[in-house]
Amino acid sequence: MGVPAVEVQQVSKHFRLNSERHSSLKDRIIHPGRSTYSDLTALQDVDFAVGAGETVGIIGRNGSGKSTLLKCICGVLQPTTGRVLVRGSLAGLLELGAGFQIELSGRDNIYLNGSMLGLSRKEVDRAFDAIVDFSELGQFIDTQVKFYSSGMYVRLGFAIAVNVDPDVLVIDEVLAVGDERFQAKCLDRIRTFQEEGRTILFVSHAADQIRAICDRVIVLDSGRMLTDASPGEAVRVFRESLGGAPAADELGAPNRQLRASRNVEILGVDVVGGARVHTGDALRLRIGLRTKEPVAAGVVLEIHTLNGELLVRTDPDDVQSQVEIPGGECVVTLDVDSFDVLDGAYQVNVGIVGHHGTTIYDWRECATSIEVIYEGRAAGTLAIVPKVAVEPRPWY
Amino acid sequence: MIETPSAPQPGRRPPEQREVRVVSARSSLTHRFAELWRTRELLVHLTRTDVKVKYKNSALGLLWSMVSPLMQLGIFWLVFGFILKNGYPHFVVFLFAGLIAWNFFSGALNTSTGIIVERAGIVKKVAFPREILALSTVGAQIFYFMMQAIAMAVILVVLQSSPDWGIVWLLVPAIAAVLVLASAFSVLLSALNVKLRDMRHLIEVAMQLWFWLTPIVYPYEKLAPHLHGLSWLYLSNPMTPIVMTFERVLYPHVAVTSTNPPLNPPTILPVLPTWSPATYAELDCIILAAGVVLLLFAVWVFGRLEGNFAEEL
Repeated sequence: MGVPAVEVQQVSKHFRLNSERHSSLKDRIIHPGRSTYSDLTALQDVDFAVGAGETVGIIGRNGSGKSTLLKCICGVLQPTTGRVLVRGSLAGLLELGAGFQIELSGRDNIYLNGSMLGLSRKEVDRAFDAIVDFSELGQFIDTQVKFYSSGMYVRLGFAIAVNVDPDVLVIDEVLAVGDERFQAKCLDRIRTFQEEGRTILFVSHAADQIRAICDRVIVLDSGRMLTDASPGEAVRVFRESLGGAPAADELGAPNRQLRASRNVEILGVDVVGGARVHTGDALRLRIGLRTKEPVAAGVVLEIHTLNGELLVRTDPDDVQSQVEIPGGECVVTLDVDSFDVLDGAYQVNVGIVGHHGTTIYDWRECATSIEVIYEGRAAGTLAIVPKVAVEPRPWY
Repeated sequence: MIETPSAPQPGRRPPEQREVRVVSARSSLTHRFAELWRTRELLVHLTRTDVKVKYKNSALGLLWSMVSPLMQLGIFWLVFGFILKNGYPHFVVFLFAGLIAWNFFSGALNTSTGIIVERAGIVKKVAFPREILALSTVGAQIFYFMMQAIAMAVILVVLQSSPDWGIVWLLVPAIAAVLVLASAFSVLLSALNVKLRDMRHLIEVAMQLWFWLTPIVYPYEKLAPHLHGLSWLYLSNPMTPIVMTFERVLYPHVAVTSTNPPLNPPTILPVLPTWSPATYAELDCIILAAGVVLLLFAVWVFGRLEGNFAEEL
């Protein structure tokens, strides 16, 4: 890893939430020592190091402490216990254009913001043209910032931050703004930063962005570090923490059962070889059934993402879905040759249905879940990842 | 996007040699002052911004910064010099000498107390030593002070009244003292106001009382006979010796002859105690020293409270 550029050492941050604010002198005098508050732990013993030149992502749901952690690293907040060491200069992009004086021109704001990020006047002079160029403000640079559109405002903020030549760049979800072209430009600039061997800390909700940019990802949940792993693995852990319910160990926990007939009962559903598979692996599901008498039925398999997006629902009237179920107990297996979905957790519903969908013998929602691990960086749901090749020949 | 850290850029130091910055709950006083020194350029920028923004869209621009003090001066002169006819020649010079020092101090305190709360936006989002915000309001007052000094010079020329050139150096310790004192109070109050929001209103009221407790519109010697044994208490108001130094230098009379003979026979009116310049210098230096101690204390308190700023705002 080389020399760590950022070391977060056992950092905890507690906030005191005043349920009734006694923040005036009068209140303090009238209610001495009677301020009612509760403690909120925003960060608990977070400990990691970021090597120089690494790009580390931080993900977590809202309120997981991501921003608090970034603020501690930037020095906007001080940790309650523990400490953060930062080697070299740091530019924090907690909010684009934070610290702009809207009454001043873009030009004046470049100097003001530059000095807030720790630059001397000479250094800003040197970077000035690059900033104006990157921000695409052109002639508007001498206009008061209050007349800027929100896009211009954000562009200027980002342009300053990336042109101040920091050793460590901290970015908090700011790439969600601006039009697509500008976002691409920002990402491009981040890539350049990586090539120059600078260190980047990057917070985002967008798993795709995280996967595309980061070398390593830290997952936070309720202020604790869940994991510090490769992007694919971390995104999986993150999704799992988001979904909450359908984890592998809750295999077959009946959530909701629709049953029209007592003839067929689903006893359980599982994934052969464990619910954790890699993209492209063969997948075999087993359904345990008990029937009173033999019956001809169709098997319905539904796979959803955790957001409830349907990936597939098989039709019970398809020939390959139809089975003759003998009386007593039996095991039905469903084989998928190649499970080509990208990483994430997926939810499986299983049903045993009469012909033409007339009868639902048994139906199991959230019968099991499948976690898919993808080592690559592609984003989305389906693993349609081409192998790229070059042929030196004319087009047609 | 596999990481291939290339050779360090020319002009960028390799990671091992970079400065290490520590963020933790407590930072030492020396560390705080080192940070302040490191970011001194930001202080200049913020000060300039402060002044620029205030008069940005006004036609008269910076001239407005003179209007309010001159108006105040005019009113006091009208009431005490003209209506009440206190009989001091060039009373306007005496008034302005005291006001110029007082305006610096009260201007700094009145604007700095609320500054952290006002600038919550950047306090919550950008990392820099927050004391700078309070100090930038003091910086802005230096600017207004200079504007008023120009007005003062014009008045002196017009009235053909000259300061006591022999002791004009006394202004140096006096200005240093008021500068340090104002900085100390600004840093302290701006931090306290985050926790106790009505500090701001308290200061507004306190400044009015403080104004009348300082010999600005009345000469010290007018009051001295009534102080009996309490003159030490009166003089322990740190602004008193500072204001008196300004008056002593710019209104060079320890006593004057009354100038409205039609009403009263000419009488000798005492203005300031007949202290030697060294006594003034000594008093100013004592206040300067106390101011430095107070400033250290203020920065220490600020450091203790700073950790909670982002959550209290």
